[in-house]
Amino acid sequence: MLLIHCPYCEEDRSELEFRWAGEAHIARPENIAAITDEEFAEYFFLRNNEKGLTYERWRHIHGCGRFFNAARDTVSDRFLMTYKAGLPKQPIPTAEETAAIAEEKTVETWEATEGDAR
Amino acid sequence: MADLGTATRALPLAGFHGGSSTVRLEAAPPAERISLRVRAEDVAALSGALGVDLPVKPKTSASANGRTALWLGPDEWLMIDESGTGIGNGLMQAAQNSGALHSAADVSHRNTAILVSGTGADKAINAGCPQDLSLKEFPVGACSRTIFGKVEIVLLRTAEDAFRVEVWRSFSDYAFGLLSEGARDAAVGK
Amino acid sequence: MSASPKDLGAFRIKDAGRHTPAKTARFTFDGKTYTAMEGDTVASALLAHGVHLVGRSFKYHRPRGILSAGPEEPNALLDVSRDAGRRQPNVRATVQEVFDGVRIASQNRWPSLKHDVGAFNDLLSPFFAAGFYYKTFMWPKEAWHKLYEPFIRRAAGLGEAPKEEDPDHYTSRYAHGDVLIAGAGVAGLTAALSAAATGVSVFLVDEQPEVGGALHFDAGTTIDGQNGYEWAQAAAARLKAMPNVTVLTRTTVFGYYNHGFLGLVERVTDHLARPGRDLPRERLWQVRAKRVVLATGSIERHMVFANNDRPGIMLASAARTFLNHHGVAVGRQVGVYTAHDSAYEAAFDLKRAGVSIAAIVDCRSHPGDAVLAEARALGIDVLTGHSVTNTSGRLRVSSMTVARNGASNARKIAVDALIVSAGWTPSVHLFSQSRGKLRFDEANQRFLPDIYAQDCISVGACNGTDDLSDLIDEAIAAGSGALALTGENRFEWTGGMIGAAEGAGPDKVVKAFVDFQHDVTAKDIRLAVREGMHSIEHIKRFTTNGMASDQGKLSNMHGLAIAAEMLGRPIPKVGLTTFRAPYTPVTYGTLVGHSRGDLFDPARKTPMHTLEAAEGAEFEDVGNWKRAWYFPKRGEDMHAAVNRECRTVRDVAGVFDASTLGKIEVVGPDAAQFLNLLYTNAWDTLKPGKCRYGIMTREDGFVYDDGVVGRLAEDRFHVTTTTGGAPRVLHHMEDYLQTEFPHLKVWLTSTTEQWAVIAVQGPKAREIIQPFVEGLDISNEAFPHMSVAECTVMGVPSRLFRMSFTGELGFEVNVPADYGPAVWKAIWERAESMGACLYGTETMHVLRAEKGYIIVGQDTDGTVTPDDAALGWAVSKKKTDYVGIRGLKRPDLVRDGRKQLVGLLTKSPDVVLEEGGQIVADPNQPKPMTMLGHVTSAYWSENCGRSIALALVAGGRSLVGKTLYVPLKDQTIEVEVTDMVFFDKEGGRIHG
Repeated sequence: MLLIHCPYCEEDRSELEFRWAGEAHIARPENIAAITDEEFAEYFFLRNNEKGLTYERWRHIHGCGRFFNAARDTVSDRFLMTYKAGLPKQPIPTAEETAAIAEEKTVETWEATEGDAR
Repeated sequence: MADLGTATRALPLAGFHGGSSTVRLEAAPPAERISLRVRAEDVAALSGALGVDLPVKPKTSASANGRTALWLGPDEWLMIDESGTGIGNGLMQAAQNSGALHSAADVSHRNTAILVSGTGADKAINAGCPQDLSLKEFPVGACSRTIFGKVEIVLLRTAEDAFRVEVWRSFSDYAFGLLSEGARDAAVGK
Repeated sequence: MSASPKDLGAFRIKDAGRHTPAKTARFTFDGKTYTAMEGDTVASALLAHGVHLVGRSFKYHRPRGILSAGPEEPNALLDVSRDAGRRQPNVRATVQEVFDGVRIASQNRWPSLKHDVGAFNDLLSPFFAAGFYYKTFMWPKEAWHKLYEPFIRRAAGLGEAPKEEDPDHYTSRYAHGDVLIAGAGVAGLTAALSAAATGVSVFLVDEQPEVGGALHFDAGTTIDGQNGYEWAQAAAARLKAMPNVTVLTRTTVFGYYNHGFLGLVERVTDHLARPGRDLPRERLWQVRAKRVVLATGSIERHMVFANNDRPGIMLASAARTFLNHHGVAVGRQVGVYTAHDSAYEAAFDLKRAGVSIAAIVDCRSHPGDAVLAEARALGIDVLTGHSVTNTSGRLRVSSMTVARNGASNARKIAVDALIVSAGWTPSVHLFSQSRGKLRFDEANQRFLPDIYAQDCISVGACNGTDDLSDLIDEAIAAGSGALALTGENRFEWTGGMIGAAEGAGPDKVVKAFVDFQHDVTAKDIRLAVREGMHSIEHIKRFTTNGMASDQGKLSNMHGLAIAAEMLGRPIPKVGLTTFRAPYTPVTYGTLVGHSRGDLFDPARKTPMHTLEAAEGAEFEDVGNWKRAWYFPKRGEDMHAAVNRECRTVRDVAGVFDASTLGKIEVVGPDAAQFLNLLYTNAWDTLKPGKCRYGIMTREDGFVYDDGVVGRLAEDRFHVTTTTGGAPRVLHHMEDYLQTEFPHLKVWLTSTTEQWAVIAVQGPKAREIIQPFVEGLDISNEAFPHMSVAECTVMGVPSRLFRMSFTGELGFEVNVPADYGPAVWKAIWERAESMGACLYGTETMHVLRAEKGYIIVGQDTDGTVTPDDAALGWAVSKKKTDYVGIRGLKRPDLVRDGRKQLVGLLTKSPDVVLEEGGQIVADPNQPKPMTMLGHVTSAYWSENCGRSIALALVAGGRSLVGKTLYVPLKDQTIEVEVTDMVFFDKEGGRIHG
C-alpha cells in the first residue's frame, strides 16, 4: 500500500486516505465551447498512460480534501514529489533522482525480475 | 395554530455503551458544530468572532470557551461547541457576526461523536485507522480527518489516553461496532 | 496431566530436548490417541511415537512422511480440528503445536492411510507425466465439462474445506515502527538489540513459538560465552522488557509491499487447549516500517535421487531440531546422504544421543576436514565420493542403496531413517517481494540480495553471510547501534549442490522428486524442456514445480538447476520465478478480519428507521442505505401494498422518508456562478426562496446526476443529489472548484445527514403539515410549487420545500436529523388520522414513472444526453460555459436516430414488461435481430389501471403511436410507443 506525501497536510499518509484522479496538467480549455472535435478529444478522451515517470493528480479525499499533483514512477511506484494543485509541472528534484528513475527503467520491471535475475 | 408540541431530540447513539478492560467507549453528549471555510486573509476575523484562534498548522486544534476548532484542511475547520445545548446554533450566528467572507454550514446533527478512552484507546482505533497514533506523531490536541475501517472519521486526541471520534450519524453504529471490536482486542493483544 | 516416559513415545531421548516432561498433552491421529509434551509440534509428537507415515502425495498417492521441521514443509499436511466448527485442512504438522485434545487426521487417502486405493495412480505414473492433463483431456471436446473436469476436480486437491461457519473471530491492527525485523535468529535478535538501544521503535517478528531460528537445531553455537539457544531466550526477554520494542512470536511476515508496508499474521490461539473467549484466533498486523531488516535465514534443501520421498527420509537439520529441541530421535539406525558439512553435525548429535549412524554418504570427494575428523573420532562410517542411488521400504524407508560415484556395483544398507542435505537456500522471499533484485552467487550456487528497492537490509544467512562473526557485525550495523557481542561455531560448513544427484540424471528413468507437494520429478522438468518449454515460467507452469502452497521453498533451486542443465544455459540466464506474497498460506479469516456480519459493510439507517420498522416496513438496499421499500399491512403482499400506497397518495396523501437524498450546501458570493458552470441550467435567474430541477452533465455531455436545487439566499444554495450519487457528485464538484475554477468564492459542504427529510405528498399534504409549520404562509399563493423557505417546525429551525416527485401537491420537511423521529411521528399521526399512508421507494418509483420523471442510473446509463431523456428544456441555450457544453455538440450527440426516452404501453394492459427487455421493430426478422433499445422502467400502475413502461428507443420520439415488439424467451410482447406522461397529463395536480 502506497504512502503518499500530502503537500497540504505536510505529512506522509496511507493510500487509504487518497483517491487517484487521473493525469495531471490537463487544463480545461478556457474557450471550451469553441474548440474543435479533435481538440476536445485530445482534452477529454486521450491520455498518455506513460510507463515510468508520470504526472498525476490525487485527492486527499479522506484527509484535507485537497486535490494535488504527484510525479510518480509507474514502474517502481516511487513518488518523486508531490505539490499543490495549481502549480505548474515541477521538474524532478535532483539529477540523482532522475538517474534513479533511468536505472529503474532498465531493470525494475517484472519481466526483468522474472527472466533475468543477475 | 394547534399546539402540537415541541420536538424532542433522539441521539443516534442513544443507549450505546461498551469497551473492555483497557478501553472505555461512550457516546458524546450533543454539541453544536459547523463546517467552517475561511480564506487565509479572513482567519483573524473569524477567530475573533468565534473566540477561538483558528489553528493554521495541519493536524492541530485549538480550544477556548468551550469551543474547539479542528484544522481539517488549508481553508477548512470543524468547530465544535460543547457548551451550546439549546435549539439553534450559536456558532452559525457568531461566524455571521464576523462580517468577513466565509462559509459556515450547520453540521450539528450530521456528526455524532464517540469518546474513546483508556490505556488501549489508541490500539482500539488502530483496529481500523491507518494513522500513526503514537504520542510523538499524534500528540494531545492533534486532529485529522481519516479512515476508520470502511467509514470516514475526524479524530481528535483530547488526552494522552483519550480520543474523540467524530463520525457521520449513519456511520456511527458501524464505527461504534468496530471500536468495540478494537477495544476487545486491545485488552488481549500486545 | 502426567505421563510415564514410555507414554511419551519410544523415540524420546532421555535428557534431550527443551520441553518440560511434566507438561503433557493428549491428541489423536487418525483416531488413535497419543501423548505429547507441551511444546511439541504435531510432527515431533508423532515422530516420538515412531510415526513417519502421515499422508499421501497429491498426484501419485505415494506414502509420505515428515520432511522438515518448519514452515517450508511440503509433505506433512494434515487436517487439524478442535471441534466440529473448528477444523482446518492442509495444516503443516511441523508448524502446528500440539495441545490437549487436538484431533489430527491424514488427508488424500481412502480407505486408510496404509491402504490407499489412489496409490494405483503410482503404477500408472508413466501416463501421468508433466503436461498429462493438458494433452489427454483435449478430446473429445464435449467430454471436458461432463466427464473430465468433474473427475479431475474430485481427484485433485489435498484437504477438504470445512463447510460450517467459522466460529472464531479474527482481528486486525495498523501499527507503525521505525524498524521492523523479520526473523529472530542470531541475526534478527542482534539487529533488534542494536536498534532498540538507540531508542527507536522496533518490531521483532518470528514465525516460531520461540525466538532462536537456527539455534533450535544448531546446538554447536556459542554466543557471548553462552549456549546459543539460551542466549537467544535471554535476549528476547531483555527486548520484551523494553517499552520501545514489540516482540511478536508465532507471527509470520507474509507480505512485503510498497513503501515499507508489511502484512503480518499472528497466530494467537491455534496452540492453546482452551483459548479465552476474547482472544482472536489470528491477528492481522498491517505495519508501516520506516526501515526493514530481513533476517529470514535459510532453508535446507533435500537431495534429488531415486525414491527420495519415502517416509523416514528427511532434512538433516529437521532431524537435528527434533533431537535437540524436542528430544526425539527420528530413527534407531539412521543413514545420512549429503553434499554439505552441516549434515555431519546432525549425525554427531544423533550418535551422541545413542542413535546408530549407518553411514554418512557424501557425494563430494572432499568434505570439510574438521567434520571428517570428528566423524572418525565418533566412529562413524563416512563414504565420500559415494551417492545414494535408490531406497526401499513401502510405508517407511528400510534401506538405502549406495554406490561409488560412476561405479555400477551398489550395496544396500539397512536404515530406518535417512537424513539428507544438499545445502542451504537463502530465504530471499521477502526481499524479492519488496522488488529487490537478486544476483547469482556462482561460488555457492545461490541467489543473494543485490539491488534494494526499499529502505531495507538483509543480514545473516538470507544475505549469504555464513561466518558467525561477520553475521553479528552485519546485524549490529543493520540496527544502527553499538553492541559488543561475540559468537563461535563448533564447525565451519562448506559444500552444497543444486540439481539432480548421481543416479537421477537424464539417462535414468527413476522417480527423483524435486517438488514433493506437487509430485514433480527431475524427469518431469527434463520432459518440459524437451517439449519446448524454454522459459523458467513455462517450465514452472507445465510441470507445476513450485506452484503448490509451499511455493517451492525446497524445489525451486533444484528445478532451476535441472532446467538450466537441459537448456545448456547458465543458471542466471534461466532466471528465477518471482516470489509473491503470501510467504506461507494465510487464512481467509485473517484477511477478512473484522469485516464480517454487521461490520462487513456499514448499514446506513435514516433517523426514522426504527419508527418505519415498527410500522412494518420492508427495507431495500440503496448503496449502503437501508430505505423503506413498502409498508405491507397484515395479509398484504408487496403488490397489494404498493397498489394501496399508490392509490392512497393520489387520493389522500402519503408520508415518505426522503432523508437519504444527497444534500450539498453551496455557500459564497459566487455560488450561483459556480452552479451555472456545474449544471446545464441557469441559476443566476433563480430567486431566493425558489427551487429548480437541475441536470448535471459530465464534460462529455452525458447526464451525470439530477436533483432539485433551492436558493435560500443570494449566497446560499441547498443542492440535492440522487441517493447513490451524493459522494461522487460532491467529489466531481470539488474537482472543478479546486482545480478549474479556484478563483470562485464558494465552498461546498455535505449536509446529507444534517437533515431528516419527511416528504408529504398528495392532495391533503398541505392540510397535514399546516399545523406544524410556524412563521411561514404555505398557501398555494404564498408558497407555490418549487418554493423553499426557512421556518420553524414543532419549534425546530427547519427548511421547507414545496416540491414533488409524484406529480401531487407536495412538501419536503427538512428538520435537523436528531429531531426527525419526533417530527415524523407527529406528522404521521395526523396524516394517518386523515386517511393518508406511509409509502416506500417502490411506490415512489411507480408514482414518478406515472408522471414520466426519470431516475438517473435507471432510465439513463451514462450514454444519455439531457435531450435523449426529454430534458432538453433544462439545458440553457444562453450560457457560454458549463461542464458538458462542448461535449453536447459532438457529432454523435447531435445526430438523428439517437436513443430517446419514451413511454411504452403494452397492447394487453395486464402485461408488465421486464426491465432490460430488448425492443425490436420486427419480431420475425432473422437473428441476430436489430435492437432498437431497451425497457428502462416497467410497473403495474394501479392509478392508470394498467401497466406502464419507459424505454430508450432509437429515434423514439418519432415513433410515437407506432407498434414495436419486446421478444422474450417464451413470448413476444407487443407495445405502443407513447409520450412519457401516463397520469394527469395536464399536470394540474402539482399546483393544488
